[in-house]
Amino acid sequence: MTTTQLPPNPGRRVAAPAPAAPPSKPHRRPRYLREQLSGWAMIAPAAALLLLFVFLPAILGFGLAFTNARLVSPRPVEFVGTDNFVRLFTDPTFWRALLNVSYFAVVVVPVQSGLALAMALLINKKFRGVNFFRTLYFLPVVTSMVVVSLLWLFMYRKDGLINEFLSAASFGLIDGPDWLNDPATAMPAIIILSIWQAAGFHMIIWLAGLQSISGELYEAAQLDGASRWHQFRYVTWPGLKHTRTLIMVTITIQALGLFDQVSVMTQGGPLDSTTTIIFEAVRSGFKQQETSYASAISLVFFVLVLLISAVQRYLTREKD
Amino acid sequence: MKQTPKSNRLSIAGTMAVRILFAVAAAFPIVFMLVSSLKPDQQIFGDMSSVAAFLPIGNISFDNYAAVFDRVPAARFLMNSIGISAITVVLGIFVNSLCAFALSRMEVRGKKIVFTAILATLIVPFQTLALPLVWWVNQLPYFELNGFSLEFSKGWLDTYQVQIIPFIANAFSIYLFHQYFESIPKELDEAARIDGAGWFKIYRQVVMPLSGPATATVAILTFLPAWNSYLWPLMVVQSEELRPVMIGIQYFFQLNVSWGEVMAYASLITVPVVVLFIAFQRSFVNSIASSGVKG
Repeated sequence: MTTTQLPPNPGRRVAAPAPAAPPSKPHRRPRYLREQLSGWAMIAPAAALLLLFVFLPAILGFGLAFTNARLVSPRPVEFVGTDNFVRLFTDPTFWRALLNVSYFAVVVVPVQSGLALAMALLINKKFRGVNFFRTLYFLPVVTSMVVVSLLWLFMYRKDGLINEFLSAASFGLIDGPDWLNDPATAMPAIIILSIWQAAGFHMIIWLAGLQSISGELYEAAQLDGASRWHQFRYVTWPGLKHTRTLIMVTITIQALGLFDQVSVMTQGGPLDSTTTIIFEAVRSGFKQQETSYASAISLVFFVLVLLISAVQRYLTREKD
Repeated sequence: MKQTPKSNRLSIAGTMAVRILFAVAAAFPIVFMLVSSLKPDQQIFGDMSSVAAFLPIGNISFDNYAAVFDRVPAARFLMNSIGISAITVVLGIFVNSLCAFALSRMEVRGKKIVFTAILATLIVPFQTLALPLVWWVNQLPYFELNGFSLEFSKGWLDTYQVQIIPFIANAFSIYLFHQYFESIPKELDEAARIDGAGWFKIYRQVVMPLSGPATATVAILTFLPAWNSYLWPLMVVQSEELRPVMIGIQYFFQLNVSWGEVMAYASLITVPVVVLFIAFQRSFVNSIASSGVKG
């Protein structure tokens, strides 16, 4: 430990009163150069990988959308203008996919964020067993979506757990539907399991938001005799403004990217009632090997995501 | 202790009831999965209409688990996923922290532009990249050292490296490390420099040992998507021996095996992650909370 007093001028290096200072300090120039070189050497691996696997594919995707590229093809890639987009916007399956993910998002965004907030409020205050409940609420999140999809595929059978429960709870009055094979119930079924899996994730983000609200505000509200509802309405809710927008946007973007559940459970069926943008992109780009058309779909998806991020910027802008 | 008023006690009991309701809703499918993995199909369906569906009673055995390993190379799938996740996590921590170190603590010219460019990649969801990326990795060359000769091949499809290398560098990991490094006093670097330490030594012996929480967060946020990876290997892996667990289970399911066996496989790939979660609960929760800032 050096106990030397630092002079008020921090810009100058103080000659340490060490008994044996190194005989020759490296000169300023080589040291500067060495810092540049080692710095760039440290940045290079990550930068090169990001360039190769994020920047280039992103630019390529943009370019490929205007060509006829196929995944494996002996023909050279040719520019075809907006052909892919014309085809895309006249494809009823694409519009159906857009409608499906919108339906999914419109239900999932409010319900999932609402349930997640309820869960966060339930375990926000310390009580005996709070850890136990938090662990249980979070359990579905560490279960992979593929496993969750297979598990619920089993529970959604005509003679599965869900229908047996409905029947038992209604004393045999309700004869449950064949959830995943009925165009009317397939999407709601996927919505339920998606919310079940992901609510715990957003509970944690709500919790972080809740814990950032100063306890003094609640004490002041209590002194003023505010009821619990009023405390929530006038302290908690405004305090969560930032968290709220963030959660809405992340859930919306995740909802638009719906894929795993559909791929495992329904393959987009029955009658396209569960197909999604990404599922269509994979179907054309991978199964039919039409990279160009899939790139066009990905580009439209990206524009949607950008639009939502822009709306978020607008909603969370600093008001002067 | 003060006597709580009756209405208050009622509301406490009510809150607890709601907590339990949510807990049951969150846990019942997982309990059902674990319990069913121990039963033959006939009993699973027999128990379905009663609470026995959630109790490990009756004809209990590990036969379903044995069947999983008999029918498919499940051990191979598990080893693949463990290997892929472990390598991605280790290399990811190294490459991303090294980059964040230089960006945060060194006077490198042009680092502002680089950092901005890295952060810009955060707005691109993986799904938008996935399809062009498949085409792109199929054009990439790869070399293999065969004895003493270097052999070049074209196309990364159906390999291990295609499941690892694209996911090592991660803008969000760099961001998290950068944030954390900024909170470590720079005077420590100066002190080490005066002692004659080079930059890499400062990184390895001063900064990284102090960055445990950031490392844990990045490790978890890299591990979970690597273990759960599905969309990507679905497109780039064909050979059975290269499959990760999530592709393995879907393939297993399509063999029309019994439900008990599917549940056994599902439990097999879920329980390790749950155990990790319970062991490192605080780190898990922190990493999710920190991923909230990604917007």
